[in-house]
Amino acid sequence: MRLTAITMAASLVAGAALADAVAPGDVTYTEYGEIETSLSGAPGDAEAGAKVMTTRGLGNCVACHKVDALDAAFQGEVGPPLNGVGGYRSEAELRGIVANAKMTFEGTVMPAFYKTSGFIRPGDGYTGKGAAEEDLEPLLTAQQIEDVVAYLMTLKD
Amino acid sequence: MNFKAMTAVAAALIATAPALMAGGPDDDTMVINGEIEMTTKTEAPAHMEGTGIDTIISGWHFREDETQSQQLDDFENQGMIFVDNARDAWDTVEGEAGESCASCHGTPEDMAGVKPVYPKYVDSAGEVRTLQMQMNACRTERMQAEAWGYDAQPAIEMEALMSSVSRGMPVDVAIDGPAAEAWEMGKEIYYTRYGQLELACASCHEENYGNYIRADHLSQGQVNGFPTYRLKNAKLNGVHSRFRGCVRDTRAETFSTGSPEFVALELYVASRGNGLSVEGPSVRN
Ligand code: HEC
Ligand code: HEC
Repeated sequence: MRLTAITMAASLVAGAALADAVAPGDVTYTEYGEIETSLSGAPGDAEAGAKVMTTRGLGNCVACHKVDALDAAFQGEVGPPLNGVGGYRSEAELRGIVANAKMTFEGTVMPAFYKTSGFIRPGDGYTGKGAAEEDLEPLLTAQQIEDVVAYLMTLKD
Repeated sequence: MNFKAMTAVAAALIATAPALMAGGPDDDTMVINGEIEMTTKTEAPAHMEGTGIDTIISGWHFREDETQSQQLDDFENQGMIFVDNARDAWDTVEGEAGESCASCHGTPEDMAGVKPVYPKYVDSAGEVRTLQMQMNACRTERMQAEAWGYDAQPAIEMEALMSSVSRGMPVDVAIDGPAAEAWEMGKEIYYTRYGQLELACASCHEENYGNYIRADHLSQGQVNGFPTYRLKNAKLNGVHSRFRGCVRDTRAETFSTGSPEFVALELYVASRGNGLSVEGPSVRN
């Protein structure tokens, strides 16, 4: 398949997924903080997830976590290393942690990547200017969360 | 020895538990110009009980050797160029009253001991003032000159001069009596998780100092080294400008430089450094 064809197919999938996506305010967490079903309604793409995890403007997970399999300089140590995490956590747990880690780890410093309300002085991105709550986008889209979860599931020792 | 070398050694020594040694300050000692012995690590003040921090540590210990060494000698400390500008300004008459700083205060060296106690509650004003606010009060009331902009070049240069003549003296801000109210407000701000990333000062500088967050080696976020000359922007940086940057990085709406919130926060953060030597102008990356 040619590149344009791939992108077209991908955007078709993304479009379809968008229609079925669960809005950040409507996500159901289990009492342990898990999310049972795909947020986008579509499966994740592990390769795209790896990109989200290492890109500064997106997940930038490596700012806080070390993942040996990822090719990114300066991986952080604020959170635990994620090597092997797909071996000891379920997909539902990982989805819950990435979407809103506070539902799993009370008071954690890990930001919630799929949440748009309940913030104190939310800003307009990194401009330092204020933003109205109704204008906030989650840090990652439903599909990006699924992609990240798909990547994490590949991390098995 | 720098941090990387230290971790390498530590990892070699206790190869089974390298994670325990993640980050941390180095063990170097700071002597400025071969004569001023500086306290860069000391026992935390009593009010920090319960924070999990029992030793307070200057941000200097978290920087690389090359950055550290630039602060040890005034000829290498590029912040001192701005201190020289301020020495000229000190003697310069400005404003309707025909006065300079020198007319009332003598030499800059006569001001040794002033910087360590700011921010402080100023009785005559009935408010907690930062050093920049107090300097501006002198300018507008006594000199009848225009106030400097907050953290603007002339203000930050003069603050650096006031700091440089107090280097080696311990930070000693009062947190009780009439300062208590602002201090409490500052403390509350310090622990509030702002922005879409929901991070407080404490998330990074209390819970995670010593750890790397991407390429940044987190310090305790002490202000004893301010103004800081940052290699990153090649200029002097004020406390409130630094606060702004840190709050902005949580994807939050920041407070303004000189705002009551940042004045209170400066008092609170300064009090967490009570006992560390005044270092400004320090060198940071
Ligand atoms: C600002 C720091 C920070 C960022 C950014 C961050 N995390 Fe975390 N993460 C943590 C911390 C701290 C924990 C440990 C939980 C706790 O507080 O006890 C954690 C825990 C986790 C866990 C559970 C690990 C285990 O051993 O069970 C996973 C999985 C995880 N994070 C994935 C991610 C992903 C994926 C991203 C990016 C999309 C990310 N994190 C971004 C700080 C962070
Ligand atoms: C997301 C992480 C993060 C948060 C939250 C944060 N900071 Fe920082 N801060 C940093 C980093 C990174 C640096 C640069 C490295 C260092 O000195 O720690 C820094 C540096 C500083 C410095 C300079 C220290 C020196 O020695 O030059 C001060 C002061 C400071 N922060 C205060 C604060 C205050 C006060 C708050 C809350 C309003 C805050 N920070 C919130 C990450 C953060």
